Order: sequence, then C-alpha cells, then structure tokens
Amino acid sequence: MAAKLKGWKDLPMGGVVPGGATPELNKTGSWRAERPIWNEEKCIQCLQCWLHCPDDSIMIKEQKMTGMDYDHCKGCGVCAGICPVDAIDMVPEGSAACARR
Amino acid sequence: MRKTMTGHKAVAEAMRQIEPHVVAVYPITPQSEIAEYYAEYVHDGIVRTELVAVESEHSAMSACVGAAAAGARVMTATASQGLALMVEILYIAASMRLPIVMALANRALSGPINIHCDHSDAYLARDAGAVQIFTESAQEAYDYTLIAQRIAEHKDVRLPVIVNLDGFTLTHSVQVVEPLEDARAKGYVGDFSPNYPLLDVDHPSTWGPFAMPDYYFELKRGQQAGIEAVPPVFLAAQKDYAELAGRPYEGFLEPYRLEDAERALVVMGSTAGSAKETVDALRADGEKVGLLKVRLYRPFPYTAIADALAHVDRVAVLDRALSFGTYGALYSDVATALLHRERKPILMNYIYGLGGRDTTPQQLDQVLREMKSGDPDQGLRYIGLRE
Repeated sequence: MAAKLKGWKDLPMGGVVPGGATPELNKTGSWRAERPIWNEEKCIQCLQCWLHCPDDSIMIKEQKMTGMDYDHCKGCGVCAGICPVDAIDMVPEGSAACARR
Repeated sequence: MRKTMTGHKAVAEAMRQIEPHVVAVYPITPQSEIAEYYAEYVHDGIVRTELVAVESEHSAMSACVGAAAAGARVMTATASQGLALMVEILYIAASMRLPIVMALANRALSGPINIHCDHSDAYLARDAGAVQIFTESAQEAYDYTLIAQRIAEHKDVRLPVIVNLDGFTLTHSVQVVEPLEDARAKGYVGDFSPNYPLLDVDHPSTWGPFAMPDYYFELKRGQQAGIEAVPPVFLAAQKDYAELAGRPYEGFLEPYRLEDAERALVVMGSTAGSAKETVDALRADGEKVGLLKVRLYRPFPYTAIADALAHVDRVAVLDRALSFGTYGALYSDVATALLHRERKPILMNYIYGLGGRDTTPQQLDQVLREMKSGDPDQGLRYIGLRE
C-alpha cells in the first residue's frame, strides 16, 4: 500500500523528478465513470482506438489490439466514438455489463 | 571608466556583460528601453543571446521558465502591468527554483492607468518567492544586476531575483555610472551550471509535476529553505563585488547618519537620495536625524532592521504604495522586526509618491520635524497629498 512519504529535506530542489516521472506507477483508472467494453469478434484491428486514445490505454501486441488497460483508462469514450464498426461499448461502472467482464 | 548613461542603459550594459543564453521580453513603459538596447546588441552581433520577442509578459516569463528548465541562463525585464501579467508564472518560476534575473522599472499599477513610479508593482510580487533588491541610483541598478546573477544562481538559492529601479527617476535620467570592464564583469558573474537541464537528454527529468496534499506542503517548505539561504549568499556576493569594483556596499541595509539618531526615516529606492540631503541639512541645524535604506527587501532582513533601529526614538517608515485596508507593506515588516525588542522606537507610517508624485527634500524635512513631538496617531499619514 502507501509507500513511506518523504520529508521536505529529501525532495529534489524545485520539485523536479530526476529520471522522469511516469504515470505507470499511478493507477488512475479509478476516476472512470464509464468503462469501454471491447468486442473482439466485431473488431477489425484498424487500431483507430489506439491512435486516438489520449491516455495510451489501448493495449497492443504485435500490431494487434489485445484489450483495455483499465488501470489507466479514464473512460472518456473517444475509442468507442472513433471505432468504425462499433466494437467498443461504454457501460456504466458497477453495472451488470461491467460485472461480466 | 566613468560614463554618463540612463538607468536603462546601465541595466542593459550589465545584461550585455552577463550575456544570457535567452532573453524573453515584452515592451512596457518605463522598461522598454532596456529591451530595446538589448535587441540592438543582439541585432549587431555584440551578444549571442536568443532574444524571444513574445506577445505578452505572461509569455515572457513562461519562455524564461522553459529556457531556464532547459538549462539556459535567462533574463527579462518589465514594469507595472507587465509584472502583474507575469506574476502567475513568477510564482511557478520560484517554485521550480529557476534563477531568472529581471529588472523591474517600478511603475504604479492601474487603475487609474499611470506610467510613473511607485512600488505597487514590487509589492504585488512580494509573496511570489522571488528575491527582491531595491536600488537608489543607475550605478546601483547596474551593480546589483551583476550581483543578482550570483545570488540567483547560487546552488543553495536558485530563485528568480528582481532588481527594482524607480521608473523614470532612475530609468530615464542620465547619471554618472562606472561599469566594470567586460572581462571583470564576466569573471565576477562566472559560469552557470544548471540543475537537471532538460536538454541533457541522457539524463531525463520531469519538471513542474503535479503535487497533491501528500507532497505540496513539503515542496513549499523546500522553497522556503531556498529563500532563507539568501542572506549569507547576498552578503558574500555583495562583498566580492564591492572589493572588485571599489564600492562601499555592505549589509542588507544602508544606514545613513543613524548611529546617534533620535529620529529616522526608512525608505527604499531613489527617494533615499533626497532623504540623505534632507538628513544632512537637518544635521547642520543640530537635529539628530538619520536614514535607513533597505537594499534587500525579500527575504526581509528582520534582525538587521531591528538592530539598526532599536536605539532610535521615533521612526517614520515610508511606503510608496498603499496596501489597501492595512498599513504599508514596508511598515508592517519593520513593525514585525521590532515587535520582540524590549527597546523599540515609536513607529509612524507615511505613504508617499504614488503614481510618480514628486517627494521633495522639503517634504521629508517636514516629516522629520513633525515626527519630533506630539502623539503619533497610529493611522496612515500622507506626504504631499491634497486634502
């Protein structure tokens, strides 16, 4: 759980994060109100969703979509909107459609 | 070599000698000529600076922040509304610990719109986290621009430094200035070694990250340590400069005939010159009066102020701006400095010179005479105001 927080003397000057900060360590998917559900059968692998996702939450492997990164997806729905074959549905978090996934 | 020049030119000369990598600046009266002189140096190939002609002061400070984070030595200059527009980013520059040295050609804030001098612009940036120095003459404006560079870039400080010079009174009037030779000025300022420069792509870093309640407080405490580190750095940089240039600079303050004074004025900026004349004239009449000029305004030198004033009977603090709804900002700081001293003077607060209103030696003479007797009422008093 929560790592031990640093005191002020242990922080780099000016709040700089040496080495670079990465959102990979912060699971921001909890902000999501609606969840994108990917229908693999309907998907034509055009990767428009991957191209348009503002949060790098479309997971791909060897140039094929493999699923959604729910740890970081904020549920904006851009992927569902851009999908030319309606292979992504937005469903409310906590709904029955969500629970099946 | 002694030369005649305006305060603008004096600051531009110091900037030419510092030759920062980037200058991002937007014109505004009474600062514009600083930028114009510098643009000429760039155009004529005298300096290799990247001059960014931005579309506003907000952008000027933003460009300075970006360039400084990239690892560049950067400078800018502004006045009044320009500083008001910069302030949002100035707070960020200070929090990111970026050593941006800037001239502030002090000018009254609108409204009503005005172009002449007061210190409302400097007071606006009072809590931004920048170091602030006030100067009395074109010579001081030149000298402290070089000194500011050393302070800003000191490894323990790394903060923006504002060098205040009174608009028109100092910026536009021609005075005798003795600049250092270029090599000596450059040698004094030295090289800049940035922290985590963004252009060092082999060592990536993230600047300006989001900080939640779990870290914001600690980061602000770290920033406070930066400005608390200034006093010894200021003294050392000033001492080195004074020795190099043969100037009498010493301490955070300049006391003038204050040792045995019974009454004294506290002022910042060019009015100190008129006040010195007034003190001399009154001393010639046998009046025990003196002056305390504040050079370093932020961080405020509380202990030095209290040490300098504790023996005086009556002190008038002169503020060149109203802080609406309370006492003048300098008065409040001086009062805080003296609060815990057993022996302390009776304090009075005078507001003067708003929007470029002249403050004459005769008026200062009157202040020093009227403060001698009577009950000091604790409200604001005004110099040269029509009832």
